[in-house]
Amino acid sequence: MSKKSNAGRKSKKSEGGAVGRRRTRTIHVEALARVEGEGALHLVTRDGRVDEVQLRIFEPPRFYEAFLRGRDFREVPDIVARICGICPVAYQMSACHALERAMGVFDEVDPAIRALRNLFYCGEWIESHVLHMFMLHLPDFFGCESVFSMAVDHGDWVRRSLRIKKTGNAIVAMLGGRAVHPVGACIGGFHRLPERREIAALLPELEFCRDDMADLLLALAGEVTFPELERDYEFVSLSADDEYPMNLGRIKSNKGLDVGQDEFGGAIEELQVPHSTALHAAIRGRGAYLVGPLARLNLNAEKLHPRAAELLPKLCKAVGRRLPWRNNYFSLLARGLEVVHSFALAVDLLANYSPPERAFVPVAPRAGLGRHGTEAPRGLCWHEYRTESDGTIALARIVPPTSQNQAMIEDDLGELALRIEGLSDEEATFQCEQLIRNYDPCISCSVHFLNLTRGQGDAGEVS
Amino acid sequence: MPGQNVDALRHNGKLKLAAFKFTSCDGCQLQILNLEDDLLALAEVTEIAFFLEARRQEPSPPYDIGFVEGSISTPEEEERISQIRRECKTLITIGACATSGGIQALRNWADVEEFSRCVYPRPEHIAALATATPIAAHVFVDYELRGCPINPADLVELVSAALAGRRPNIATHSLCVECKRSGYPCVMVAQGKPCLGPVTQVGCGGALCPHHNRACYGCFGPMEQPNMASLGQWFTSRLGQDARDMKRMLRLFNGYIEPFKQASDRYEQEEQRGKKKQEK
Repeated sequence: MSKKSNAGRKSKKSEGGAVGRRRTRTIHVEALARVEGEGALHLVTRDGRVDEVQLRIFEPPRFYEAFLRGRDFREVPDIVARICGICPVAYQMSACHALERAMGVFDEVDPAIRALRNLFYCGEWIESHVLHMFMLHLPDFFGCESVFSMAVDHGDWVRRSLRIKKTGNAIVAMLGGRAVHPVGACIGGFHRLPERREIAALLPELEFCRDDMADLLLALAGEVTFPELERDYEFVSLSADDEYPMNLGRIKSNKGLDVGQDEFGGAIEELQVPHSTALHAAIRGRGAYLVGPLARLNLNAEKLHPRAAELLPKLCKAVGRRLPWRNNYFSLLARGLEVVHSFALAVDLLANYSPPERAFVPVAPRAGLGRHGTEAPRGLCWHEYRTESDGTIALARIVPPTSQNQAMIEDDLGELALRIEGLSDEEATFQCEQLIRNYDPCISCSVHFLNLTRGQGDAGEVS
Repeated sequence: MPGQNVDALRHNGKLKLAAFKFTSCDGCQLQILNLEDDLLALAEVTEIAFFLEARRQEPSPPYDIGFVEGSISTPEEEERISQIRRECKTLITIGACATSGGIQALRNWADVEEFSRCVYPRPEHIAALATATPIAAHVFVDYELRGCPINPADLVELVSAALAGRRPNIATHSLCVECKRSGYPCVMVAQGKPCLGPVTQVGCGGALCPHHNRACYGCFGPMEQPNMASLGQWFTSRLGQDARDMKRMLRLFNGYIEPFKQASDRYEQEEQRGKKKQEK
């Protein structure tokens, strides 16, 4: 296939048809829509088996780990925020915690600062989840090509979701000045603490959105039909004893992984697979795993805020499945639950707010090593930094959620491909795209970590 | 003069908009979706014809306005931006990556092959140019919106101006002015923090960093005609910054745009001279 260089660069190609008794089908989407970043899908099935399945990443590399070397450790939260415009808080929080470990002040951070960090994260989960649910993902379920066309029939839902998303942004902006690349967080805490009047101004809107999101979620669960694709995933997420995971906790799975923050880097390996030059993260000796809202929910449902927990039985009834949910399409509902949880938690935190004694713990540079992961909207985002005695970064390693999920996305596509053989090419292509979008892949994030496959193995050349 | 084509743009029907992404974090495109209150209104008065982050519809050039996010950092992107320029009557860059090269332009002072080996086990598969450069280094750009990220209010102003056929009214003075107007205590004078506010363009939405009790780090890039030498003199003689600090401060999200670039190059030379002296 010749590389089309039209501005859209979005060409779909499906080839089907019986050649003798062999049936080969190639599904190729050159530029996936409604995902963050640039990715392509390539899938070949032949005679009822999957020949090739690739989620290709052609997002250009930006070399963060390379240019972080030589920077001052205090610059890191602002720099890594730029890895992703959708989840900058996640990168800032992972970096702050990891560098606090490196500087030996991790245990000195005040509980009140930790509470504000959770609040910061609530804002980002809301903003990112609602963006994905309503603007990027839900149009698929209603057969619409975008939120703009979905607004024609579901204008009420779209308007309500925009208000909810805006409120999530407002939480991030209260602590960080703006929703994208906020400036408020620093190693040791925050540069500035919110004032009581700012909190008082925000609180009524948070309460409204908490309740409205609960209503929307139940309405949505009643209307959406989920594709059936249950798989025996290994779910991985932070698991703290006393809270639904955001910033703290050991890293656990439903299949026996249970490691401290320091040990995670050694528990996973980065595999190179024959059909792709992209690195896939896998649990050492076991294989692909799943991070993100479904993993968090399955492993931590009992720690949900009561306002979210009370919705869970109704959602289980709506989909006819009890937890653990093994259908990753239910992530839509998991995201919704986490939005309600985030609002409820934010309301509690703000209603009981008294300003911490200090905005941040003083941090002096030293030579050190720090590793820490936090729960980005899309799943565990784990960082590792080594510093020199003057605080200059000597080594940086970042493991973002989408690169961890990439192997699982391909496994899912392989499974799906066999189930949709009877469908038309167009419908089959659409279902594959929907599956990928369901993961909310954040390709901008993942790419500085992945190898490129662009320009290799053209889709048309199926032998 | 950038901006004149926006003046000339008068349209009877709906403006046909498109958004394109190059090497970037998606944050500036997200600011379009972050318009929230204005988003559906925008969709009513304009036709959002191509926006991969938000819709699946097939594109249909030509477009009245193309918004471009991201810098040019691969051979494929070099080709694609020329094509897009042909398909857009007006081309507007949104954000620091598209306007100044962005954070990834740090590679422009480094060995990209070494960078590649640092990040990837099989660097031979990496198709990256030696530089990450702003869009205007490749094609004619009608207007540049600053910011890492852009301010969504500027987007609304820009589209409104295009609809009305007038010049967009976007300030180019320093952040320092905005900070004084807002009545914030000066973080440089009061706390001795090296603040880039005096040389940085306003636009982040109310002197965000000084409001957060910290020094401005220049995410909107240089203001019109900043006095880099004077500020540098202050930082080094009174605030204890050395040449390496100055270089790092200027080489951040807008490091590859003049005059930040030239100033940072000067401090780099100074840093190297200092190192040589030490070695002797």
